[in-house]
Amino acid sequence: MPVRVQTTDFDVSAELAALRGADPRVGAVAAFIGTVRDVNDAASVATMTLEHYPGMTEKALAGIVDEAKSRWDIIDALVIHRVGELKPTDQIVLVGVTGAHRGEAFAACEFIIDYLKTRAPFWKKEVTPDGTRWVEPRASDDDAAARWTAPAEPPR
Amino acid sequence: MRDAATPPTTLTLVYLARLRETFGTATERLEPPPEVTTVATLRTWLAARGGAWSTELAPARAVRIAVNHELARPDTPLHAGDEVALFPPVTGG
Repeated sequence: MPVRVQTTDFDVSAELAALRGADPRVGAVAAFIGTVRDVNDAASVATMTLEHYPGMTEKALAGIVDEAKSRWDIIDALVIHRVGELKPTDQIVLVGVTGAHRGEAFAACEFIIDYLKTRAPFWKKEVTPDGTRWVEPRASDDDAAARWTAPAEPPR
Repeated sequence: MRDAATPPTTLTLVYLARLRETFGTATERLEPPPEVTTVATLRTWLAARGGAWSTELAPARAVRIAVNHELARPDTPLHAGDEVALFPPVTGG
């Protein structure tokens, strides 16, 4: 299953090379890398801890990848998400998609990260000068995911 | 065949992120009363514990509930042995 949850960092070049393999059908590789900012909601962030729900997380990510494969003509997709303690500039998440052409690969990559942000069970807790706080969800993330939404989705 | 009208005898509850901290527990096994047959009735029953339960599970609060690792709807039926997780809206990525 091309989905991994891990505490360690990842090497984008190596991961994308492995995703492409030696498949001559691949004409496009689209990737998204999420990283930790040093400011969130006007407070400086020293470190953050990412928690997840083992068991559901892998299933949710695999389901999102399957959904992307059913909606777009792509060849393969990869999601790596880190958990545990992270600091500003660290890599958090990698989404990689291969396809014959860029249009489908770009769209599927954007869909996967949009859905991940609203459906995969991860939570961020930040350490700021005012103390520790759980990150609040953003309405803009719901809006981004809603662009792709078909009827009969679970309630938000 | 499992029947949604039959109340679950035992559920495993899992609380995550802020809810785990607020409730002071990560997991518990429960035998809910017969009226608890769905995700919505379970939430209402848990909220009746008062205190943080009442505050966090108030109808206006955004709470996500997953049954056996799948996001659930208020009318999702519950069955004996289900793992039901309650958590705040997710913030990964």
